[in-house]
Parts: sequence; structure tokens; C-alpha cells
Amino acid sequence: MTGTSPPPAIQFVGIDKRFGAVHANRDVDLAIEAGTIHGLVGENGAGKSTLMSILYGFYAADRGEILIHGRRADIRSPADAIHAGIGMVHQQFMLVETMSVLENVLLGAEDAFRLAPSETRARAVLERLAADYELAVDPDAIVADLSVGEQQRVEILKTLYRGAEILILDEPTAVLTPAEATHLFRILDRLANEGKTVLLITHKLKEIMAITDRVAVMRAGEIVADFATRETTIERLAEAMVGRRVLLEVDKGPSVPGAVELAVEDLVVTDRRGVRVVDGVGFEVRAGEIVGIAGVAGNGQSELIEAIAGIRAPTRGRIVLHGIDVTGLDPAEIREAGLAHIPEDRHRMGLVLDFTAEENMLLGHQDDPAWARGLLLDGAAIHTAAATAFSDFDIRPNDPGLRAALFSGGNQQKIVVAREVARSPRVLLVGQPTRGVDIGAIEAIHERLIALRDRGHALLLVSAELDEIRSLSDRILAMCQGRITGECRPDASEAEIGLMMAGAAGREVRS
Amino acid sequence: MSPSSRRELPALVDYALIPLLNLAVAFLIAGLVVLAIGENPLEAVAIMMRGALGYPEGIGFTLYYATDFVFTGLAVAVAFHAGLFNIGAEGQATLGGLGVALVCLTFDGAPWWLVFPFALAASMLFAAGWAFVPAWTQARRGSHIVITTIMFNYLAATLMVWLLVEVMGKPGAMSPETRTFAEATRLPFLRDTLAPFGIDLGQSPLNPMVIVAGLAAVFVWILIWRTRLGFEIRTVGKNPTAAVYAGIDPGQVVIVAMLISGALAGLLAVNEVMGTQHRLLLEFVAGAGFVGIAVALMGRSHPFGVVLAAVLFGILYQGGAELAFDKPKISRDMIVVIQALVILFAGALEHMFRPALIALFDRRRALAGGAA
Repeated sequence: MTGTSPPPAIQFVGIDKRFGAVHANRDVDLAIEAGTIHGLVGENGAGKSTLMSILYGFYAADRGEILIHGRRADIRSPADAIHAGIGMVHQQFMLVETMSVLENVLLGAEDAFRLAPSETRARAVLERLAADYELAVDPDAIVADLSVGEQQRVEILKTLYRGAEILILDEPTAVLTPAEATHLFRILDRLANEGKTVLLITHKLKEIMAITDRVAVMRAGEIVADFATRETTIERLAEAMVGRRVLLEVDKGPSVPGAVELAVEDLVVTDRRGVRVVDGVGFEVRAGEIVGIAGVAGNGQSELIEAIAGIRAPTRGRIVLHGIDVTGLDPAEIREAGLAHIPEDRHRMGLVLDFTAEENMLLGHQDDPAWARGLLLDGAAIHTAAATAFSDFDIRPNDPGLRAALFSGGNQQKIVVAREVARSPRVLLVGQPTRGVDIGAIEAIHERLIALRDRGHALLLVSAELDEIRSLSDRILAMCQGRITGECRPDASEAEIGLMMAGAAGREVRS
Repeated sequence: MSPSSRRELPALVDYALIPLLNLAVAFLIAGLVVLAIGENPLEAVAIMMRGALGYPEGIGFTLYYATDFVFTGLAVAVAFHAGLFNIGAEGQATLGGLGVALVCLTFDGAPWWLVFPFALAASMLFAAGWAFVPAWTQARRGSHIVITTIMFNYLAATLMVWLLVEVMGKPGAMSPETRTFAEATRLPFLRDTLAPFGIDLGQSPLNPMVIVAGLAAVFVWILIWRTRLGFEIRTVGKNPTAAVYAGIDPGQVVIVAMLISGALAGLLAVNEVMGTQHRLLLEFVAGAGFVGIAVALMGRSHPFGVVLAAVLFGILYQGGAELAFDKPKISRDMIVVIQALVILFAGALEHMFRPALIALFDRRRALAGGAA
């Protein structure tokens, strides 16, 4: 690179942003060269999302400026960002599911009152993009009928159709099978080769190593490192993210399985439309073991867990908890029978964000006589229990009187874990225990789960993180389209598990 | 993880400054309206305040109105905590009146303190019963409670016309109302009780129900923040999915919360029927059920906030009546306008000043942080 090289595609100059007491971005300087794939990693709350939101015009920076291809860009809204050639693929897709691919691509970019001319034009552009970038999607397919990977391609097509030269992808592989992820990376490679610039936000360090040219690390609102990917390692990245050395491998001994604590037999769960989302599932979990269910999100794992917890009524089959048939009981009765449940979505289900942390420790245990003093709740007893849990789990800030919404993701999750582990349940259902949780807290939560296993409790784990499943589980079941599609040891290769997750033997993997 | 979810304001700002600010703006605009019709707004405020709080009789009337509003305000507030918008306090209170009248007519002539507990029970029972049907259809059939409670207001009004014209009406009378209860059965007026102490409440119909209203506020506070049921009600209101996860049946909680809400609204009828009118007549609730919505909004569903807001509306009612009397140009409708403005600013535009205040406090905090 000499003085004559083109200016960077994006250059952040001294970007500074505060939200009240939170200093989300501190003097961020970062240059993204055109035609490269640049990774951006950092723990939750490190300021990545804020930086991207400023780039995409959702927030205005307090100070600093952004140069796009060397020119100062005044981006005040997503419309300005699109105009400047920036496209964003959000983690949650922004698609109208009932419309066709073509209509979705056109949405908001129609250029006349009559749709027909735009549609003809869009069809031609889509064909060209499909050929150029391996982005083939049937333009007339209804979005709801597409696979998740295909829907993501539609999102990318949308940005390209609007003339994006710079693509921001926020955690793009969270919802993809390993094969779909590989396909996505091929697309990104092609885009970069054609001169587009890709900014990839992820917390999967393996992906960073596999695909990016450079990687920037954010911590506490600052860029703490900006490496050439070739010259760094996963360990160094993790260390830069957390600011100390981290244990990436879970340290656990072999399991000593005991009696069957949870048995699921021929379980069928039907959703509102009458589709069998869990379709004849059966397995056992023994005392002292962790059974992991691997699968791409949306293949019935959530419904399975909810059915076992009594939140969803199964249409067929039996759920047996240490010899007691609990099929059809309500969540309170099942909890009473010795089951605890860390739900996969703490905001939707595990917490009441407007309640104090203390009140949240009560959730699900509000009937417990330990909290009752006559007709009233025993505030002192609740407070003592919460304070103990807070110091046990090192939950910060150490103030159980704060509203749950004010804690970081990791600490919120610790509140849920502390509550569910507190009663030494015989069976613990664990859904996405570390989703949106920073590395430090992941370590702590994993330790707790292993400790519970070692004390002879039975754990059933669902996670979208294959690495998490593999490092925690003693046995792995793969789930696809509501069925168990395979079982393996945790030391099976990623490709092998990936194949089972995709429906495995017989069914061809789509790519 | 949106940063806005982390933004907090001091409790004092949230619960005192913002409502006061909203109120001030409502009054400012009402003042402009007064100015527009050619009266002096400052003079109008002075007349209102003097009329509402300037002498014992005025205070008596103010508190009498406030009593009604406390009951309906609490009723709406309890439902709010369960995530329900109970528009039906009007109809529920109407049915409460039927209960009170049936008790008083049955025990007509018996001493009031003997009848009183039965009247309280009947008012709550009848009103809660009227709330039960919308509650059940909401909980078990998903019919929206706003729609059903509105319909039940009309049903209550119609039922009352039929009962008072065809069934319970005073024989030979032209107006649709029951006969007047015997003197002994009526709740005593505080003006009579307090007269020996040299307090002259004039003609104000203030009666012991004002004390019941205060007790009801304390009861609601304990219920919502100190009992398991209150915890369940709030959980259902804030996050029904988490409630299901916690083993709470949201439907059941919805029904129980609506029964409590209805019962609270019903107590208004004791104040009106047994304490003031001494007979059952059409439309004795006179819109207090709807004022309760404004009161609950302004009081931010907190019982003490509800009491304060109820007193404020009592002042508006009583002071407004005096104002209309003194200034013929300003009709009683003006009070409705002020009310509407208060509802608009305290309810619909509740968060209008929030962003500005947050920015203000952020800047202050940033300065403090920079200094530290």
C-alpha cells in the first residue's frame, strides 16, 4: 500500500457516543479497506452495535466523523446510509414473509407508481446478481417458503439491488447450518473479489479466522486491536476481547451416568397450524450426564423443551420424570416434581425486565412457603436469598434492588441460572445458556452447569452453538424438522454432526 | 440491548416531576382556551381554588367527589397492573348500586351500621359479577376486554332503565328511581358528625366512605406490592410469557384481577346510593367510571398517585362548579375540556417530556462523571 492507494471504503474518525452514564464508543478510529472482508468482534456491550448503528444512521455520534471512500459522509438516517452505498443485513431478517422474493427486493425501491416496469428491471438485475455471486433464489418464491439460508440471500440481494458497495452483516451465521454458512462465506468471498467491502460482526472467532482479511476487536467502547487475520490466533483475539486470558475449552471430567431421571417417549407437539414441530421424539437423560441437542434453530428444539417444562401441551407421547409420569401437568406442578428450566430467551420468558432482580429470583417460586409470612411476601427472606445468589454468582452490579433490564446480558443470564440452580433440581432443562452472553460469563455459567452434573443431576441442553454443545455434552442428539436424526459422542467431527443436523442420511443437504 | 432500555430517571422525576409538568401544560392550554373566550385565566384559577379548597363546605364537596374517583381510579389501576384496560368501571359501579339498593331496601329502617357491611359486600359482589363476564371471555376466549367492558357499560345502563321503570321503580312516580331509604338506614353525613366540633361542612354529602376509600388505597398497595397474588398480577401484566413459564395461569389471574377491579368500582355505589342519594336512580355514577381512567393514568397506577390524582379531579369538579356559577361565560363543559387536556397530557402524551428530561439528566450526569 503506497500513498497512491485508494482511500479506505469506510473510515471512522474519532467517533464518540455516550448513552447517559454509558460511554458506548470512545474515540473510535478504524479504517476498512475497500474490497476486503473485515471482521469486528467484541463482547456484548463492547460498542459494536452502537458503532454500526451510527454507520447506518440509527444514531448520531456525539463527536467524530465517517468518511466513505475518502469523502465525509453525513449519515443521519438509514436512507442516507443506503444512498451512501451501505447495506445492512440484520440478524433478524426484515422481510415480508407473505410476499415473493421479487416484491421483497423491490420493497421501498420501486421507482414509479406502476410496479410492472420496476419488476421487469428487478428481475433482470436479480438474474445478473445470481450469476455473479452465487446468489440464486427463485424470484417468484414466497419468502415464507424459503429456507433460512435462502432468506438471508434475499436480504443480501436487497442491499445489492439498492447499489450497496459496503455490506454489514450482523451475526449472519447464527441461524445457518454449517453447510449454509459455508455457502454464505463463498458468497462473501465473491463479493470481496468483485470489489465490494464486507464488514462482518460476529462472536464466532473461528469464522473470523476462516474468512476475514483483517479483524478489529472492541472492548469497553474502544478499538483495542486491529490485526491482519493471518497474523493472529483465536487465543489472542479472545484475550483482546476480554482483556485477560480465557479458558476456551471447558474443563470437565468423564461423566458417571446413573439412573434415568428424564425419559421422553414418542413425543409429538403440534403447533397452531397443525404442523408437527416435534415429531415422535424419544430419549433418556440419566443422572450425572449432560445430553446436548444439536440442531439449527427452529427445528423443534424449543418446542421440545417447552413441552417437557409443561409450557406446551404435547399431542402424543409421555414425559417421565424420575419414574413419575408428568405428561400434561402444568409448569408449576412439573417444577414441584423436581424440574428446573433455564429458558432460551431470557427476555421473553426467563425474566420480567421491569421487575427488580430480587423479584425475578421469585419467578416460578412465588408459591414457595419460604417466601411467605402469613398472607404477605417475606421481603427480608427474599432479599437475603437474592443477596446470597448475587455473591455466589458474582452478579454485577451487586444490587438485587435494580431493575433486571439494567443488567448486562451476561448478568441477566446469571440471575436466571442462579434462580434455577438454587433448588438443586433433579433435572435441569437448559436452553441457549450463553446466547448474548460475554465470554467471562460464559465461563462461569459453563462451570456451574458442569458442577451440577458432577453432583449427579441430569441436564438436557439445547444450544445453537455447536461448540458449546460439543464441549459441554456427554452425549449429543441431533434434531432436524422435529425428529431426532442421530446420536453421537461429543468428540465426533463437526462435519459429522453437521450432517446429522441437516437431516443426515437419505436427505440431501441443500446448498 | 438497546441503550434506551438502560436509561433511568430518578424516581422523584418519574413519579412527581413528569406528572406535574404534564399537568402544568394541560392547565396552560386550558388557560389559553379561557383567554380565548374572553375571561382572565388567573382569575378563573383563583375562583376554582377558592371554590374547591377555600372553605370547609368546598373541601367537603371536593373530598366527596374524590372518594368516587379513588374507587374507580383504583379499579382501573389494579386492572392496569394485570395488563388490562378496564373501561367498564362505569357499568360495574352501576351494578354495585343495584346491590346496595337491594340491601338497603330489604333492611329498610334498620340502623345504618348494621346494614353497612352488607351494603359494602353487596356493592362489591354485584360489581365484581358484572366484571366477571368480560374477564372470563378475555381470559378463556380472547375477546378483547376493552370492547366487552364498553358493551357492558351500555348493558348496565339499559338494565338499570328496565329495572327502575318496570321492576323497582317507586309506584306512581314519574322519574325512574326507587323509593328513598329510611333515615336510619342512610350513611350519616360527616357534616352532622363534625358539626358539634365547630366544623361546618355546609351541604356537602361527605360520608364515612371517604375513610373506606383511604383504606382501599392502602389495601391495593399491599395487594400489589406485598402479596403473592400481586406479584402474579404484575407478572402477567408485564410479561405473560414469563408468567406461563413461572407456572402462573394468566387466564386465572386476569379473572381474579378483574373481579378485584370490579369490586373496587362497586364501592363507589355505597358512597352515592347509601351515602348521598339515599335511593337508586338512573346514571348515579355520572361518568366517575371514566374519570377513573384518567385518575389511574395520572396516578401511574400507584395507589398513592391515584389518591392524589383523585383529589385533583375532586378540585376540578368542585372548583369548576363554582367557576361556572361565578362566570356564566365559562360553562361546566370547560371542566370537561380541562379534564380532557389532563387525560391527553397525563395519559396519551405521558412520555412527551421524557426524552428532553433524559437528555437533561444525561448532561448533568456526564458533567458529574467528567468531574469525578
